[in-house]
Amino acid sequence: MTSVLVKDVSLNYGAVEVLKNLNIDVAEGEFIVLLGPSGCGKSTLLNCIAGLLDVSSGQIFIKDRNVTWEEPKDRGIGMVFQSYALYPQMSVEGNLSFGLRNAGVPKDEIARRVARAASILQIEPLLKRRPAALSGGQRQRVAIGRALVRDVDVFLFDEPLSNLDAKLRSELRVEIKRLHQTLGNTMIYVTHDQIEAMTLADRIAVMKGGLIQQLDRPQAIYSRPINRFVAGFIGSPGMNFLEGRLELRDGVPHFAADGLDIPLSTYPFDAKGFAPGPVSFGMRPEHVGLNTGSGWPFSRQVEVEVVEPMGSDTLVWTRLGDQNFTVRVSSERAPSIGEAVSIGFDPLRASLFDSLSGVRL
Amino acid sequence: MTDAAILPAAGTSSRPAALSGPQGPRPRRALSVRNVVIYGTLTVVAVYYLLPLYVMVVTSLKGLPEIRMGNIFSPPVEITFEPWVKAWATACTGLNCDGLSRGFWNSVRITVPSVVFSIVVASVNGYALANWRFRGAELFFTILIVGAFIPYQVMLYPIVIILREIGLYGSLWGLVIVHSIFGMPILTLLFRNYFASVPEELFKAARVDGAGFWQIYFKIMLPMALPIFVVAIILQVTGIWNDFLFGVVYTRPDTYPMTVQLNNIVNSVQGVKEYNVNMAATILTGLVPLIVYFISGKLFVRGIAAGAVKG
Repeated sequence: MTSVLVKDVSLNYGAVEVLKNLNIDVAEGEFIVLLGPSGCGKSTLLNCIAGLLDVSSGQIFIKDRNVTWEEPKDRGIGMVFQSYALYPQMSVEGNLSFGLRNAGVPKDEIARRVARAASILQIEPLLKRRPAALSGGQRQRVAIGRALVRDVDVFLFDEPLSNLDAKLRSELRVEIKRLHQTLGNTMIYVTHDQIEAMTLADRIAVMKGGLIQQLDRPQAIYSRPINRFVAGFIGSPGMNFLEGRLELRDGVPHFAADGLDIPLSTYPFDAKGFAPGPVSFGMRPEHVGLNTGSGWPFSRQVEVEVVEPMGSDTLVWTRLGDQNFTVRVSSERAPSIGEAVSIGFDPLRASLFDSLSGVRL
Repeated sequence: MTDAAILPAAGTSSRPAALSGPQGPRPRRALSVRNVVIYGTLTVVAVYYLLPLYVMVVTSLKGLPEIRMGNIFSPPVEITFEPWVKAWATACTGLNCDGLSRGFWNSVRITVPSVVFSIVVASVNGYALANWRFRGAELFFTILIVGAFIPYQVMLYPIVIILREIGLYGSLWGLVIVHSIFGMPILTLLFRNYFASVPEELFKAARVDGAGFWQIYFKIMLPMALPIFVVAIILQVTGIWNDFLFGVVYTRPDTYPMTVQLNNIVNSVQGVKEYNVNMAATILTGLVPLIVYFISGKLFVRGIAAGAVKG
C-alpha cells in the first residue's frame, strides 16, 4: 500500500531547476533515505512533501489523498529538523504539546500523548526544562518527540543527526531505527551521510542535480550502482576507478589500459549488451585481496606507495598500470611502504561504466 | 611508545630552565603605556562631555545675583530650587504661564501612542517581510527603505495639506500619525533583520505544528524578540521626545510638545535672561530620554547577552 506518492514533481526558482520531474512511491511503513551531496535537492524534496514549499508542477499524495495544495498541518506529517528548531521560550512539555494545543486537542488527551512520547524517548525527567538547558542529543530527542505526539502517518527527518558529535550520532541512529521498528510509521529521511543511509534505509534514493539517480535497497546500491556518480558517492573509502577501453578478443571482453589487461569473462554485463569503447573499471578497495594467493581471476605484483591506518582496517595505496589503486586490508596484515605485494580480485564484483555517459554496462 | 620514553627525561634533568622560567599569568603593571592611554583618553572624553552638564546643574541651583558674578564653574554658594519650580510650573511662554508642565504632558501624550503604535505595526511588518514571502514583498521593502532616505523637510508641506484634509491638523493625533509614519522605515528594517536572523527551521516547525500567522507571531517570535523591542523603544522614545521640527509645524501653542515649549522659554527676546530657569528647563526636558537610556540600556545589554549564550 502506498503511503507517500510523489508524482512528476518539479520545483523551479526562476530559471534554476531544483527538482526535475521527480517520482517516488513510498510504501506503508517503509524507511526511505534521500541521500546526496549538498545542493542536490534532497531537502527541497522533503520540504515539498511537508508542504513548506510549493511545487512548480506535479502532485503529492499522502495516504492516497492529494495533498499538493494542503497546509503542512493538514498533511499528516511530523518533521524533525537539523537544528532541532525547538521553541526556546517553552519548556520541553510546551514544545511537545504546542501542535496539539494549536489543533485544540483536549487537555487530558494532550497529557496522555506527551507522557507516551516522553516514555518512548526516555525524556520524562526533562519535561519541565527549557531547551537551552538540554544537551544536543536531548534536544534532538525532544524534536523527535514533537513529531511523535502528533500521531502522524509520515515522519520526515531533515538531516536530524548532522549537528551531533560522532558518538551521539551513532547512538541516536540506532534509536531512530528502533523507533521505526516499534512504531512502523513511514519515514523519509534526508542525509548526506552514507553510513546513516546504509544502516537505516529500506530503500535509498541517491540524488544529484535535482534528479533521483538510483532508488533501491542499500545492498543493491552498494554492489550494483547504476552509474558512475552513485558508485563514487557510495562507499568509504571510495571505489577505485581505472580508465581504459573495453575490447573484444576471441569473443571474450577485456578491459585494457596502459600496461593492464583484465579479462572480464566473469563480469555480469547488463542485459542491454555492450560495445567496445572507452570505459571506467570500478572496484571497491574491500573486494581486493592482498597477498591472498593466486586463486584470483586477475592478480598482479605491485609496490606499496602509501599506507593509511584507519583503526580496524588499513588502506593501502598502490598503482595498477599507472593509475592509483587502493586496497583495504585488516590492520594486522598491513604491509609497509615500498614492499612488493600481490593483489588480486574477481571482475564478478567489479562495476563497469561507459566513460561518456557514466551508465553501468 | 617512543613519546612515552622521551617525556619523563625532559621533565627531570635535561632542561631545568623550563621549570624556573615564567609561570602562570603574565604580570600586568598598573601604569603601563596601554593603561595610561586608555584611561587618559576615557577621562578626557568624559570630562569634555560632563563639563557642560556640570555647568548646567550648578547654574540651575544658583540665584540670579550669584550667576551675574560670573563664576560659572564654582559651586553654588546658596542652593536654591526655585529655578526648577519656576521652570516646571510658572515660566511663561506666550500667554501661558504654567511652565513646562503643560509641554511635558503634551509630550507624554504624543510619545506614548506614537511609540506603541509604530512599534506594533513595524514589528508585524518586519515579521511578515522576513518570514512570509508574499507577492511583492521585495518591492514593498524597497519602497520602505527608500522612505528612510528622504529628508523630512521635503515632506513637511505635503503632510500639512494631508493633515488639514483629514481634519487632524494641529491635534496631537495628527502628530502621532506623522511620528508613526516616519518611524516606520527604520523600525521595519530593524525588525525584519532581527526576524530574518531567527532560524528558518523554527518557523517551519511552527507551521508543521499548525500555527498560523498570528500564533507564530505571538507565541514564537514575540517572546524571542525582547532585545529588539528594547532597541526600538529607545530609538523611538528618544527620537520622538527630542523632536522639534514636527512638533513646531504640526501643533498649536496649547498642544506644543516639551521641546517646542523649552525653545520658547529659552529664546524669549524680552525681559531678563533667567539662566538658572533655562538650565533647569533644559535638564527637565532631557530627563526622559536620559532615564530611558539608563533603565533600558541595562535591559538591552542583558537581552543581547542572554541571546548569545543560548547556543
